[in-house]
Amino acid sequence: MTLETLAGWSRRLYARDISSRELAELYLARIDRFDAQLNSFITVTPELALEAADAADRRIAKGERAPLLGLPVAQKDIFCTEGVRTTCGSRMLEGFIAPYTATAVERMNLAGSVMLGKTNMDEFAMGSSNETSHFGAVRNPWKPDCVPGGSSGGSAAAVAARLAPAATGTDTGGSIRQPAAFCGITGVKPTYGRVSRYGMIAFASSLDQGGPMATSAEDCAILLNAMVGADSRDSTSVERPREDFTAGLSEGIRGLRIGLPREFFGDGLDPSVRAVVDSALAVLRERGAELVEITLPNSSLSVPAYYVVAPAECSSNLARYDGVRFGHRCESPRDLMDLYTRSRAEGFGAEVKRRIMIGTYVLSAGYYDAYYLKAQKVRRLIANDFRQAFAQVDVIAGPTSPEVPFRLGAKSADPVKMYLSDIYTIAVNLAGLPGLSVPAGIVGNLPVGMQLIGNYFDEARLLNVAHQFQQDTDWHTRMPAAFA
Amino acid sequence: MSLNSDEVRRIAHLARLAVSDREAELFAGGLSEIFHFVEALDAAEISGIEPMAHPLDAEQRLRPDVVTESDQREHFQAVAPLVEAGLYLVPRVIE
Repeated sequence: MTLETLAGWSRRLYARDISSRELAELYLARIDRFDAQLNSFITVTPELALEAADAADRRIAKGERAPLLGLPVAQKDIFCTEGVRTTCGSRMLEGFIAPYTATAVERMNLAGSVMLGKTNMDEFAMGSSNETSHFGAVRNPWKPDCVPGGSSGGSAAAVAARLAPAATGTDTGGSIRQPAAFCGITGVKPTYGRVSRYGMIAFASSLDQGGPMATSAEDCAILLNAMVGADSRDSTSVERPREDFTAGLSEGIRGLRIGLPREFFGDGLDPSVRAVVDSALAVLRERGAELVEITLPNSSLSVPAYYVVAPAECSSNLARYDGVRFGHRCESPRDLMDLYTRSRAEGFGAEVKRRIMIGTYVLSAGYYDAYYLKAQKVRRLIANDFRQAFAQVDVIAGPTSPEVPFRLGAKSADPVKMYLSDIYTIAVNLAGLPGLSVPAGIVGNLPVGMQLIGNYFDEARLLNVAHQFQQDTDWHTRMPAAFA
Repeated sequence: MSLNSDEVRRIAHLARLAVSDREAELFAGGLSEIFHFVEALDAAEISGIEPMAHPLDAEQRLRPDVVTESDQREHFQAVAPLVEAGLYLVPRVIE
């Protein structure tokens, strides 16, 4: 059977060509058959999926319509799902059954989606390769000895191998876009505040943002429609007029001004990735877009600023894991201090501890100004660079990642090298802007992504450009042969 | 900037993380490299720049001060490692 997009499955569901139960069974069977090779799911929820599918079938039978009605999706295991284990890729939450459901998931459920399970991820979303997961690394479906990217590596691998037609991710420094690029799918990091963070386990609260991952821009638009919206339970979620992200997909892009930051095409960029991005940009120029060179002069400071701001917020957020109220607790603690220190030492992996310690240090007395305050000022410089750029152009384009997917273990021993994998994505989070990655080509059987960055709340335009690109290219329809 | 393992132990204590001597050594290496990397920020021209804490410079919304949540103590304590009679149990704090 052809593995359709969400839009395609939705049409077939309404045409009664397939039932939601059959559709869920189809993907559950694929997970069963293929996921041992990938490790993209931490928890599969077949009973819940079939129950939700049956409910969707009853609604369809009554003639009801809803944006995601009957469509299977996978949820990143960072989103709390009531009654279902929610681990965040950590031993700390290995046995944590969430007592409530994240708003983003709740909205997707109300729109009729059918959850297949919870996807693997870097521990507490801290990683760019999915290797920090307590539940083991995820493999790239295009080449099993390569990483799928991270932190939403499980979601990306699952969608790429068509073990789910779509999934959610979260992006704090590139965690939707980089794995989307590495696995050859489309992923959107919305403007900060678009998607409620309620029930999305916190890493760095001023940067974290949930978003959709799917095979096409159209499917991302469909998912985004269901995910966004102000939430009284997240005071940083933004009140905006209702928008239909699918409405403008088919508009032309003639006259669109696309900025190419000089800094994104410099020395650190793999020439084969550059060649792919250059030909992708040529496709957009063919469609009538105008390519304009721009500059983001403080780009090189974005990774250093991020590795002060994000760990500072992480050390504060992860202070809640105390071995008392929920999460891992050590055996036979001697006293309260022993309970805290040992529960945390046993529950967290090395990368999480490293970031907690960086954050603790930069926020400690005597170092706050030298590190944290300075990084926050640099953060504004970076946001100002984008502000100036968007005075000249409509969108910004470049590579998502400086290289093709690297081999498992290649960077595990060198944190700074790993951090630099996000060199083109991190500035977008610091500024709070929307960004997406689209499949733009293949190099040596490994996918390459192109990143599009938009002005605040300009997701519709990004999706429009990506959709137009996907009218002239078929990279997004390719899938790794082993999973056909 | 370089950290030695004593400094790592001090930070780990502040962060309530138990570290062995061996781990303190290992973390000292990795953390020193990261702090060295972050020193690039020293080159930034930041005089007169306001620190940015929130991407949209938005302010906290206020809501009316009314009770909106119901009592779900048992529901939430169901995920706790050790509770008794509605109380979280920890090792004795006061002798």
